[in-house]
Amino acid sequence: MKRWEAIARLAPLCENALVVACNGMIGRDLWATGDRPTRFYMIGSMGLASSIGLGLALAQPRRRVVVFDGDGNVLMNLGSLANIAAARPPNFHHVILDNGAHASTGDQRTISTQVPLDEIARAAGYRAAWRASDLAGLEAAAREFFAAEGPVCLLARVEPGNQKGVPRVELEPDAIAQRFRKAATT
Amino acid sequence: MAHAQAFVDELRLHGFDFFTGVPCSLLKGAVSILEREPADRYVSAVREDAAFGFATGAWLGGRRPALFIQNSGLGVSYNALASLLHLYRIPCLIVVSWRGYEGKDAPEHLLTGETTPGLLQLLRIPHEVLEPERLAAQVSALAARMDAERRPVACLVRPGILE
Repeated sequence: MKRWEAIARLAPLCENALVVACNGMIGRDLWATGDRPTRFYMIGSMGLASSIGLGLALAQPRRRVVVFDGDGNVLMNLGSLANIAAARPPNFHHVILDNGAHASTGDQRTISTQVPLDEIARAAGYRAAWRASDLAGLEAAAREFFAAEGPVCLLARVEPGNQKGVPRVELEPDAIAQRFRKAATT
Repeated sequence: MAHAQAFVDELRLHGFDFFTGVPCSLLKGAVSILEREPADRYVSAVREDAAFGFATGAWLGGRRPALFIQNSGLGVSYNALASLLHLYRIPCLIVVSWRGYEGKDAPEHLLTGETTPGLLQLLRIPHEVLEPERLAAQVSALAARMDAERRPVACLVRPGILE
């Protein structure tokens, strides 16, 4: 399963959700599926997408929050999983695209093959975690994952490598923040 | 503790409704008041940069965030401040304790204490050194600047004021 295929399958299931995408290729893959004002593309501050998602989930308890994260990002800020588990926001859905590599810096390996991030989420106190390694498995897991009470984790084990010619997010960060806040609060 | 209550009251008066951070002994009076807030209004963070992430998410969700951190946590948060809060122009009030003030503290705080005002300046974070007798006016001025310029602002807290 390619990362961008997994993202393209999951994105339509998040139409009514507030979505936070981590920096790097994941945000760009999501951008390539079509833009929405309810999407926050984090382009710097690696590691913090899940933390932004927690603040958002607490501030907007009636909206579903979906974080599109990567293994490199999650490993950089594992403590955030503890804060999410402790806060137990029922509207928090954490997708981890795990390719075992830092895709945007040249596919250098991470340590996620030795350290299963879905098990860490479960051990931290997420209500449940799913793991999928092909598109059929992902679709089946996603149905349960999006129907479940959060915080929950869906780990998609994907191949390293990037889509050719995938564009960068073209919006100014300031504009992303302003339109997102408006979409989240109206 | 008297100042701690007055300070937190002043923050509430200015609409701050989401609090997070990592405690410091110099802020313990204020933090103990905030710990009585509901769980969706005070989050005890594992690290200061994660707290800046929570504050950003809370602002994106319509809240008005304030953080309580030790000055050591500013260094931890350098990238969060530079590439998240400044970049996306996230307004928040950062209450920063001043460990190592005037060189009188445990050795691990001395260099951090000496460089704290300079670090705030380097990070382009307007700040005031909290004075108990001017507390209300200072919070008011910081909140006004935070709103007008949509940026993080900071309040630096010497020993003995919010303990």
